[in-house]
Amino acid sequence: MQQPIVQYLDANSKMHGDANKVGLAQKDHRTIFTLMLKVRLFEERCMKLQRQGRIGFYIGAYGQEASHIASAYAFRKQDWIFPSYRELGVMLLRGISMQEIVNQIYGNSEDHTQGAQMPCHHSFRKANFVSISSPIATQIPQAVGMAMAAKYKGDKVIAGVYLGDGGTSEGDFHVAMNFAGVYQAPVVFIVENNQWAISCPAHEQTASDGFAIKAKAYGFEGLRVDGNDVLAVYEATKRAVEKARQGKGPTLIENVTYRLFSHSSSDDASRYQNKQEYEQALKCEPLIRYRNYLQEQGIWNEAWEKEISEDFKKEVDVAIKTAEKQPRPDPSTLFTHVYATSNPLLEEQQRLLQEELKERESWEEEGAFPL
Amino acid sequence: MATLNIVQAVNQALHHEMEQDENVILLGEDIGQKGGVFGCTEGLWQKFGANRVLNTPLAEAGIVGTAIGMALYGLRPVPEIQFMDFIYPAFDQIVSEAAKLRYRSGGEYQVPMVIRTPYGGGIKGGHYHSQSSEAYFCHTPGLKVVVPSTPADSKGLLISAIRDDDPVLFLEPKKIYRALKGEVPEGEFTVELGKANVAKPGKDISLIAWGAMVPVCLEAAKQCEAQKVDVEVIDLRTLVPLDVEAILASVAKTGRVVVVYEAPKTGGFGAEISALIAERAIEYLEAPIMRVAGFDTPFPYSLENVYIPDALRVMQAIKQVLHF
Repeated sequence: MQQPIVQYLDANSKMHGDANKVGLAQKDHRTIFTLMLKVRLFEERCMKLQRQGRIGFYIGAYGQEASHIASAYAFRKQDWIFPSYRELGVMLLRGISMQEIVNQIYGNSEDHTQGAQMPCHHSFRKANFVSISSPIATQIPQAVGMAMAAKYKGDKVIAGVYLGDGGTSEGDFHVAMNFAGVYQAPVVFIVENNQWAISCPAHEQTASDGFAIKAKAYGFEGLRVDGNDVLAVYEATKRAVEKARQGKGPTLIENVTYRLFSHSSSDDASRYQNKQEYEQALKCEPLIRYRNYLQEQGIWNEAWEKEISEDFKKEVDVAIKTAEKQPRPDPSTLFTHVYATSNPLLEEQQRLLQEELKERESWEEEGAFPL
Repeated sequence: MATLNIVQAVNQALHHEMEQDENVILLGEDIGQKGGVFGCTEGLWQKFGANRVLNTPLAEAGIVGTAIGMALYGLRPVPEIQFMDFIYPAFDQIVSEAAKLRYRSGGEYQVPMVIRTPYGGGIKGGHYHSQSSEAYFCHTPGLKVVVPSTPADSKGLLISAIRDDDPVLFLEPKKIYRALKGEVPEGEFTVELGKANVAKPGKDISLIAWGAMVPVCLEAAKQCEAQKVDVEVIDLRTLVPLDVEAILASVAKTGRVVVVYEAPKTGGFGAEISALIAERAIEYLEAPIMRVAGFDTPFPYSLENVYIPDALRVMQAIKQVLHF
């Protein structure tokens, strides 16, 4: 039997439930829609920048805007988010500016992590948004541990952890689920099932009926949700968040969505993706579905969207221009934040590098290194 | 002979071995229809089918652990780990299991498996698509570690590794995957494991390197030539088992050594080579053994070019050793 799915708005924006149960006011809808639109516009721009060679890499949330933004909207700002790497909207929701995002993508001297990581691997402690890692699933047990710590301290803070369908195959996912169940950790696992782990389709990733069902074996609830339906994602996450905050344990939420772009700027999905399947998925995408619903509700109109888009595009232009003017981080930053306090060997390496860089200028002038 | 790059040479070796021996099977993430994220397994899934080219779920411990089981049963699996930086979930299976099964079973069981994985910087990949962590694995008795630096060696060493009865970690230098081209013998072609190559003979100083640092050393050697310094470049090709004789012969000839590697300097495999030379050939040394390596920091994104040793940094060390 197929696992049931939480859905309010179907692909044609037809309502199948009670909007009052969702509990989103007009203001909330405007905020969520604005964020979804911004993520969409920004990521389209970033893919262009990557193709123009102005940034090295991009990985985005195209098609997954509802899944990550509406879920994050159900948390409080003191709750910690352990991201995967497609959650730009969570950062924007939590007050991170476009300039901060763009500086990281350029890895320039204004990036507060000093170009330590590839584009899209952000870290914002002020937003309780924990540093992103490329290795898959490593964040999941950490989220459980953080939730256990908050419980230990008696804080009403919970953890939200994002992962993909691919991430559920790693051992880290399973140990995290087990610990969460055993210790009744206040954590919400959000599996963004976008149907693809690079080229591996979800049905080859697992033999189970989706991913929500996996929670059952670890002794807690799993919900399958239409991840392209803002109302369903928000409502289901809200339930899980409240449950965690009341000390009633973890929940796994599977947001069924679709990756509408290649895995990243380095990938070409046309090599392995069925075109018809893609076309079908495009018809179910979240932004149009939500827009139609908001229009019906009298919340959306064209002029409003145009105004947001134009203002935002200007903001992004400024952020890019500003970021492009900044130099790369100073070479000395290589050695900062390796340890809380440096050590003599590292300090020596830093000094020798500085000397070398000075010498390098004169070698380059002379055209050859004098032996 | 065809002129190939390293990706094509690896691909040709895999084609060749899969044709030769039906026990050779591949497993890894995205190695099927996509042909691998770097294209090394291109065409193999189409040719040999999903039974022999397993496009696996995303789980390195699963990929290596199941490959060990297959090897125990008599297959010759060639698992791919997409980037060496992602190998750690499989670390336990490699270090505690693959490397020790022969020993702990009194030779009853063996694990003839080759783990292929791209390593090293040069693609602007930040921490997790750039590291060179060979030292962890060279410190694991029972495991062989191979690092080619040319297309021909990539083919010849990979075929030898697949035919070898011990587990081999096969590190592919992604920086020069496509940048470096060379002639590769067609058909049957092997290069013996455990034998270094004198990539360039010379008499004044020995540079010892492996993988992507070999072309850097050759570039430094070329620049030194103009200044009448005759540099020898030793390409180790295999780190375990190490070609001790080749290293000592070169030291005896030149009396001066710089070891060049990309990994963080402290505890890197270059330290082992330095110690070996100090133990066995100190009477030949005219100067201290120098190491040119990565810094003792995580691998950076923006400052990648500052981090990775280049010819100028190697020449700076050559200068110090020559003028000692």
